[in-house]
Amino acid sequence: MALPQAKQTATEERLAALTMPDAGCTRKAREAALARVREMGLPGRRDEYWKYTRPDTLVSTAAPEAAVFNADEPSMFHEFDRLKIVFIDGVFSPEESDDLELEGVTIDRLEDICCKDIHWAKELYGVLEANGQDPVQRPLAALNTAFASDGVAIHVTGKPTKPISLNYRHASETSDAILHHIVRVETDAEVTILESGPAASRFNKCMEIDIADGGTLHHVRAQGRDHQRRAATHMFTRMGQESVYKSFTLTVNGVLTRNEQVVELTGDDAVAHVAGACVGDGDFHHDDTVFITHDAVNCESRQVFKKVLRNGATGVFQGKILVKEGAQKTDGYQISQSLLLDDDSQFLAKPELEIYADDVACSHGSTSGAIDETALFYLRSRGVPTDDATDMLTLAFLAEAVEEIEDDGLADVIVSRLQDWLARRR
Amino acid sequence: MLEIKDLHVRLEEEEKEILKGVDLTVEAGKVHAIMGPNGSGKSTLSYVLSGRDGYEVTEGSAQLEGEDLLDLEPEERAAAGLFLAFQYPVEIPGVGNMTFLRTAVNAQRKARGEEELSAAEFLKIIRERAKALKIDAEMLKRPVNVGFSGGEKKRNEILQMAMLEPKMCILDETDSGLDVDAMKLVAEGVNALRGEGRSFLVITHYQRLLDHIKPDVVHIMADGRIVKSGGPELALEVENNGYADILAEVD
Repeated sequence: MALPQAKQTATEERLAALTMPDAGCTRKAREAALARVREMGLPGRRDEYWKYTRPDTLVSTAAPEAAVFNADEPSMFHEFDRLKIVFIDGVFSPEESDDLELEGVTIDRLEDICCKDIHWAKELYGVLEANGQDPVQRPLAALNTAFASDGVAIHVTGKPTKPISLNYRHASETSDAILHHIVRVETDAEVTILESGPAASRFNKCMEIDIADGGTLHHVRAQGRDHQRRAATHMFTRMGQESVYKSFTLTVNGVLTRNEQVVELTGDDAVAHVAGACVGDGDFHHDDTVFITHDAVNCESRQVFKKVLRNGATGVFQGKILVKEGAQKTDGYQISQSLLLDDDSQFLAKPELEIYADDVACSHGSTSGAIDETALFYLRSRGVPTDDATDMLTLAFLAEAVEEIEDDGLADVIVSRLQDWLARRR
Repeated sequence: MLEIKDLHVRLEEEEKEILKGVDLTVEAGKVHAIMGPNGSGKSTLSYVLSGRDGYEVTEGSAQLEGEDLLDLEPEERAAAGLFLAFQYPVEIPGVGNMTFLRTAVNAQRKARGEEELSAAEFLKIIRERAKALKIDAEMLKRPVNVGFSGGEKKRNEILQMAMLEPKMCILDETDSGLDVDAMKLVAEGVNALRGEGRSFLVITHYQRLLDHIKPDVVHIMADGRIVKSGGPELALEVENNGYADILAEVD
């Protein structure tokens, strides 16, 4: 079906401003992705999947300017022993990064996967993204596959002793970054990947994650404090038998963020937990869009998303659990909740279940509410001042999402960032 | 300690007067009990004293050691030494019991200009006091009152009281929902805190709690007023004959 004229024009205008990197072995995948973009068109205001989030500034030819936030504070995970990989405005920085050497894992820049003939990477690039275009179209992810200018390929074959930390720094007010990472976790291997930082004025990031049987990936992300930045991110995860994927995202700022998580449980007994906590103040729009497909027996999936909103901030949650025919004994859980600290903020939620198997347990819930006055009085009656009591209840509200982080040290860092956010708003 | 004079209170949202001139003085170190039929205003009195929203004081005063309670925020009343053991303790998911108590204890100490307790000092004290109330380490770690049985919730209230060391304790139907053993445990907890000039106002429907927490003075409350006061024998009279006789006599 031909695209509407306006959409086609907008798409072509955006494409005209981009140059496909000279990409050797990924060329074919990139060309195919470009064809997908042309076929789908970039997201527009009338698209159902973008009903609650305006994509205009994510697809415009140039990135809207975004001031660089300079707090002189160390990066989020600086206290942890980690392998640091730094990108500045979407460009890998060898000077700022550690040597990419770590036992149990091989890390290469995307541009090197061809000359080094890294088979798994060549075979994975663009594949999970392409799979993830059905049944819902994700044109910004296809755009990413076609035009990504940098990224890393992470091959996990053992159990590295420290996390791999992707740190995205924002330096230019007009930067427009497109990064694409691919991750392969081999059988029984286990790794923690951290992501932090605002990345650019506008950031389009795609990560394709392939977890083999018995593999485990922990993912903890914090999206940076730059208030004016925009981001559209996609994580595509394919999971083998008895594999584990646990992802948590913290968003404390950003004028516009759309985080899509597409998870496909293809092997029996796999476990996928996807969680997020966001706190938004004022001109803040945050969208979590999650699509989990159960295509194997006895798998567990959990979605836990919590949003604290004030001064007119907007939170969006679109979450779906699709249980395919034959995916018996599925255990699916989804909760999305917002705590509205005033009457100006809003939370828009669209939870969905689609089930084609008859022996499954799936539940979902979505709520929106204010601070519990009874609990507030209880705390105050014990001598806790109102502001402290409100903060305690706000953190308590977010706790269920933060508790999805298995590592206590990482969870503590996230909690302290949330406390800082609350303290700044006293 | 606590001096209430001609207290008139109505619900903010409706034109309904609940307390119609309460006069009550609780001396330092004394235990006073308030009994009365449903709807007489007992719980309202406890809420008004602790500063809960939704009530409007139209007349009268309430002072704690000479300080006007009604001008203070709930947290200021707590720091001044007032404590209310709730009839229905509130569940707070996501807030650990221990964290909550330490925050409360230190907030009060800070408000009074005292030094805050270190984590170690606090831990030592709470372990000792929790043990006396048969509250185990697991219960201290769990979120405040979440998944607690009725008895556990009430014991947790008494633990908070023991940790906060208030001067004036109000127990709002602390016996409701308790079996005999749990009631004894709670009463022992309360009795352990008696003395040192600490005063209690025990609100209850039934005399049986007063078998365990022996009051110095018993008040009967009806239709928003204290209608009769006397010694512990007044509670027995209620137990034996109900409120009808007393109320008839007052009328």
